[in-house]
Amino acid sequence: MPATTTKDSTAVPDERGYFGDYGGAFVPEILAPALRDLREAFAEAQSDSDFRAELRALLNDYAGRPTPLTFANRLTGELGGPKIYLKREDLCHTGAHKINNTIGQILLARRMNKTRIIAETGAGQHGVATATACAKFGLDCIVYMGAEDTERQRLNVERMRLLGAEVRPVESGSRTLKDATNEAIRDWVNHPDDTFYVIGSVVGPHPYPLMVRSFHEVIGEETRRQLAEHEDRETPDALLACVGGGSNAIGQFHSFIGDEDVALYGLEAAGEGLDGGRHAATLSKGQGGVLHGAMSYLLQDDDGQIELAHSVSAGLDYPGVGPEHSYLKDTGRVDYRSITDDEALEGVKLLSRTEGVIPALETAHAVAFLPELAETMDPDDVLVLCCSGRGDKDMETIAKRI
Amino acid sequence: MSQLSDTLQSLRSRGEKAMGLFLTSGFPDLDSTLPTLRAIDDGGADFIELGMPFSDPLAEGKPIQRASARALSHGATMEHAFRTARQFRAESDTPLLLMGYLNPILRYGAEDFCRDAASSGVDGLILPDLPPEEGARVSDYAAEHGLNLVHLIAPNTADERIRRIDRQATGFVYAVSVTGLTGSELGEDGSVQEYLERARRLVTENPLLVGFGIRSHDDAMRMSRHTDGFIVGSALINRVEALWDASDPLSETECLEQVRNFARALKYG
Repeated sequence: MPATTTKDSTAVPDERGYFGDYGGAFVPEILAPALRDLREAFAEAQSDSDFRAELRALLNDYAGRPTPLTFANRLTGELGGPKIYLKREDLCHTGAHKINNTIGQILLARRMNKTRIIAETGAGQHGVATATACAKFGLDCIVYMGAEDTERQRLNVERMRLLGAEVRPVESGSRTLKDATNEAIRDWVNHPDDTFYVIGSVVGPHPYPLMVRSFHEVIGEETRRQLAEHEDRETPDALLACVGGGSNAIGQFHSFIGDEDVALYGLEAAGEGLDGGRHAATLSKGQGGVLHGAMSYLLQDDDGQIELAHSVSAGLDYPGVGPEHSYLKDTGRVDYRSITDDEALEGVKLLSRTEGVIPALETAHAVAFLPELAETMDPDDVLVLCCSGRGDKDMETIAKRI
Repeated sequence: MSQLSDTLQSLRSRGEKAMGLFLTSGFPDLDSTLPTLRAIDDGGADFIELGMPFSDPLAEGKPIQRASARALSHGATMEHAFRTARQFRAESDTPLLLMGYLNPILRYGAEDFCRDAASSGVDGLILPDLPPEEGARVSDYAAEHGLNLVHLIAPNTADERIRRIDRQATGFVYAVSVTGLTGSELGEDGSVQEYLERARRLVTENPLLVGFGIRSHDDAMRMSRHTDGFIVGSALINRVEALWDASDPLSETECLEQVRNFARALKYG
């Protein structure tokens, strides 16, 4: 089998957390020691075989890994090829890929003797995954969630409370994920010593984009092995994933970055359309800037104020994006496209009807790109779509819109 | 020597503690910022921090978050901050610093920003989300246009890092009094004093000022025992907000008189 490591995937980030021009750590001085401690603890943990073994055991025996790679035969038939496979992160415990990262970070928090866990959440999936890992390890958990999101994702609020977490609705600013993240960072500024901040995507100051990527790399690694079994080849012709902050996409892409014949597609939320201003297509329409501790593409106005994002999918409703995605956009390695709310809802219907898999609205953005992409590919080509989450949480929204 | 350094040094030689006051540009509304700046200048501010409002001010507690959001809702822009600075500078020599977050500066262009700030009469910059590791994004342009670039230290900043920040900072070193946001409750006095004494020993290149959580003259004198002076922001913002939003508001002249008295009481008791 060919070697899987590549120049690109190991070269970034550099020791200051830069992926090309993007990344870094732009935080108040109070957080400088906490980030230094985290960088050191993460590096130590990565080279500790006991840590890796404990993480692997939890991912397998608790989170349900490895997740299947499902051949989507009816969808493939309907589109007339290529051969479409679904990487089934929707079958992870709690219903999305998010748990890969929260288990990793909670193990790290224990290693650092942190007793108080905080997190931000948008749709609530990361909040639920954090609350779940905290319940499993008996740690106190506080989740900041935009007040608007607590209303539109009511069930996830109830899940978090049942799991023993305290959910703090955030009333400031736009009352969504951006503001929940501000509040979580402010909490950390107030409690830098005893608190571990579990960030839910490949965003935030160094080392978070690197660390969260490393906990999701398992998605792509499993895909390579499973493809070899199904198709007698390790690499597909194309990989697709949705991009909000971009954690499932980075996890799915990372092992394949150096395989230049694998086309990579990231699908952002075009909301009500790119021209009207009500969208979350940060990479398509944003400019470089600093938000939440990192340099990356941002939705911002001419005065550098952060603009409100919009998407039918609460998980993509964020005006920033992980710095590595900004880098991969500029280098041209990943082709980023955008999908409207209406197209995403068609994606929900398509996958539900043909495969019996109701995808999360986030995932549906990747599904919705399939018909267009399929036309450009050969019937014998192989394509993998990261099915990042299941749609149960979105049923109220879906029912209202369809 | 910059105007700011001159001011801080002459106060020091007189044994007087410097008072810096913070006001958000565009707060309490676009037209009231300038008269309020005049009032705090008359009230005895030795230098003024003019806040550039930002949509996502990470290091701020509720009062400055509210002031920032309010200013933006009134349409405050970087141009408005520069215009306010120019108008203030036309009437007063009191050193003026711009305090704010990095993104609007990067959007404006760091070089253009420093040039336009300097030509508006601004003396220096305080950027809480620009850590020393990233200082080079602004420092060369700031130096080129004669702007001081203040850096911050906190109670959990290690000795060697404080020394390094002192070497990098110009104008003064800003000692954040608490491990927390602006407007936090001041911590237990013994540990705060221990930290400020440590900072005093390590900061040798610049004046040292303390801020965050100072609400009264007593707080100010206690906190500046080991420093060259103190900075008040949230308490002033709260006072202005209460005056302007009172259910039975005073006239603007009376409000400004109250602000002047508040500043004077902070400085002189």
